Amino acid sequence: MRSGSGLAAVALALATCAAASSLVLLNGCGDAGRGRQAEPAQRAASESSPKAHEAEATPAYGDAIVFGTIGDGSTLIPMLASDSSSHEYAGYLFDGLLEYDKTLSHLEPRLAQSWEVSPDGLKITFHLRRDVHWTDGQPFTARDVQFAFDTIRDPKTMTAYAEDYKQVQSFELLGDHDFSVTYEKPFAPALASWNSLMVLPRHLLEGKDINETDFSQHPVGLGSHVFESWERNTRFTLRANPDYYRGRAHVEQVVYRVIPDESTQFLELKSGGLDMMGLTPLQFRRQTSSAAFDRDFRKYRYVSNSYTYMGYNLDNPLFQDVRVRRAFTYAINKQEIVDVVLFGLGQATEGPYRPGTAWLNKNLKPYGFDPAKARALLAEAGWRDSDGDGILDKDGKPFSFKILTNQGNDQRLKTATVIQKRLRDIGIDVAVRVVEWSAFINDFIDKRRFDVIVLGWSLSLDPDQYDIWHSSKTGYKQFNFVGFKNAEVDELLEKGRRTFDEAERRRIYDRLQEILVDEQPYTFLYVPDSLPIVASRFHGIEEAPAGISWNFPQWYVPKASQKYSITP
Amino acid sequence: MLSYLAKRLAGFVPLLLGISFVSFLVMAMAPGTPVDLMTDLNPKASPEARERLEKYYGLDQPLYVQYGLWLGRIVRGDLGTSFSRDRRPVLDKIAEALPITLFLNVLDLTLILGLAIPIGIYSASHQYSFADRATTVFVFVGFAMPSFWVALLAMMLLGEQLGWLPISGLRSLDYDSMSLLGQAWDRVRHLILPVGIAALTGLAGLSRYMRSSMLEVLRQDYIQTARAKGLSERAVVYRHALRNALLPVVTILGLSIPGLIGGSVIAETIFAIPGMGRLFYTSVLMRDYPVVMGITLIGAVLTLFGNLLADLMYVAVDPRLRKR
Repeated sequence: MRSGSGLAAVALALATCAAASSLVLLNGCGDAGRGRQAEPAQRAASESSPKAHEAEATPAYGDAIVFGTIGDGSTLIPMLASDSSSHEYAGYLFDGLLEYDKTLSHLEPRLAQSWEVSPDGLKITFHLRRDVHWTDGQPFTARDVQFAFDTIRDPKTMTAYAEDYKQVQSFELLGDHDFSVTYEKPFAPALASWNSLMVLPRHLLEGKDINETDFSQHPVGLGSHVFESWERNTRFTLRANPDYYRGRAHVEQVVYRVIPDESTQFLELKSGGLDMMGLTPLQFRRQTSSAAFDRDFRKYRYVSNSYTYMGYNLDNPLFQDVRVRRAFTYAINKQEIVDVVLFGLGQATEGPYRPGTAWLNKNLKPYGFDPAKARALLAEAGWRDSDGDGILDKDGKPFSFKILTNQGNDQRLKTATVIQKRLRDIGIDVAVRVVEWSAFINDFIDKRRFDVIVLGWSLSLDPDQYDIWHSSKTGYKQFNFVGFKNAEVDELLEKGRRTFDEAERRRIYDRLQEILVDEQPYTFLYVPDSLPIVASRFHGIEEAPAGISWNFPQWYVPKASQKYSITP
Repeated sequence: MLSYLAKRLAGFVPLLLGISFVSFLVMAMAPGTPVDLMTDLNPKASPEARERLEKYYGLDQPLYVQYGLWLGRIVRGDLGTSFSRDRRPVLDKIAEALPITLFLNVLDLTLILGLAIPIGIYSASHQYSFADRATTVFVFVGFAMPSFWVALLAMMLLGEQLGWLPISGLRSLDYDSMSLLGQAWDRVRHLILPVGIAALTGLAGLSRYMRSSMLEVLRQDYIQTARAKGLSERAVVYRHALRNALLPVVTILGLSIPGLIGGSVIAETIFAIPGMGRLFYTSVLMRDYPVVMGITLIGAVLTLFGNLLADLMYVAVDPRLRKR
């Protein structure tokens, strides 16, 4: 719900959404967004016109907003959470030191009011706000940051997110509200990592076992909302924090209802039991266009933060010839996939960066749909139909392989099916196989037992993609599982993380994208749109590249249209 | 009788050991561990983080050690702590979900019995009448329709279009601000759809069973005798035939006891009810071994006792069995 804030957006960035929680996966996480996580936006044109809607209303406090979630959270300590609901809940309770702004291009102050990076890029000094208190009244100080920092690095803490903070050589307390961190080598993603480190109240947690503490169920925070109640697998409730340092949220109560079935969620939305949810492309196009919907709801549409790709196992001799990979990209009609799978609610993509952000290289040349060229390239690589069976062959072996994807994601399966047809058209024999998520990861991805996969990545806000493309990351359980090795890419990735200068970084990542487009270790397919729908009594919603949730505390319901009698 | 009981109970021990061991083995063999699900495809999770998590959950131990530790805890009456990040005791989680499922199932079963037995009796005593055919068609239609589909249709009609009933959940958002009577009414309203649908789709089995068992009895010589004595048809059916026809139904009741704690994953998912079915299902997906084992164990114990109870009830209702 909260724009780019919290571990949800950054620590899990790059991770496929399926990995975040198998509950999400089951429900086909390719339907990006679902109103569960903040999604960035480019296409600011929402379907109905929110401008007109905003005209006359006066901001007011009170009322409640009800969200649906597929699965309940498990812990409210962000560094321990491994599912997206937990991160989302905790995002209301805690803040990071800084956060990306609504355009997703700059970091802006949160708990830190300012910071400086030393000229050599080794030392970052933070100056914290002095007017922030925990909701139990204790002042927030640099010791709380230090405590969170020490806790996440403690080997006894069962967190999966310690890596970025292990790069820190020393943490120096400069006063109650000032501290500095020193890195061994310049590390450009460092600054953003202080967005995802959610601070913890030292005075409540010191000396306790963070893994077992009851704090994870009854937390004290300093964020926009205060924990109210939690009925397992049913309901999670928050109240506005009256003393929130960025101004009290207008909507007084936030309720998450756990509704595991998406059809039920949609029925609840229609009958008023939910105020917001993420729509599927089908629901967006076909089921939400009546007059009643236009009156009661407003739909939004913007670019989501994930992309779907087809990845080649580069250890497989079939795909080692770059001409073959390029031929496949020519043979696939990406726009057709967007039209069929997403009902046109998405866009074809050429590289691994979010369309519309500064990091996307705008000069990338799309391959386009060109089956003739695909055939020519394959012929050049020695693939011909010598036995006249309609399937290309080479050295007596037909060109035949399997596309593998995970179960529970209908969009990926449909994508694979469209690709199967297009490749068959140029004489390639393709089978599609769907495997349950755990088996998919453990038996196929980790063991490199695949020809071609259809899968997705979420995109991080920092352009660093070292883990996905660097040749040192091809080991067991690492993320360059297609086995891409390119000396220049390695060098670029290393340089990119050591450089703070934005223009210089842009040159580096522009070049990286050129190489990726040229080499086609993946055929980059599409970026789906996020399709949230919100009850029309909520005003103050402003669409931005960060989505609609970035200014959630400013959303309000005019007094006259308040539905629930919950007042501050 | 007592020695029979003791023998049966003693037999449970090796059975339960076997069941738990096989469950443990099957679960461990399923691909993916709880740690995988927390770290897979998350570039921020280092191999060291994985190792630490594995150690924390005791997954670095050989399988027989893990099983031994689990068994040791069970013997001391401890079901362990969930692997989920909330680290709550397995018993707490089951204690939350069990009453909900139990309550719903008892309600379902009562409703089904209350409807199926009269339907069965009536159909049998009026065999081939219009009413017999009509109820037959009705219960088979109920049986043949997938319950999730009927549920969705009912939710659409009664919940969304007409707005008579709530769509999902067990209580309204403003439950706490209602009067006592209002709260009771709110609960009833929430129960109508899930219980009604379960009864509708579950009616067929039992009512057909009752019907055929009744028909069987009505063909017996002693019914002929009763009729020959000049008893009214009413007395024949309800006093003489019914008691004997109920025998097989009792068996089914006994066998349905373990079913009482197993919620239907589909119904609970569609109606957003936090019962045992969903707890078990999500635990399996998350590879939350202690919760899965806890539920399996309780299910196994109840199945065994249910069987025992069915046998005992047989003895109670059938005097012929008592002599042996």
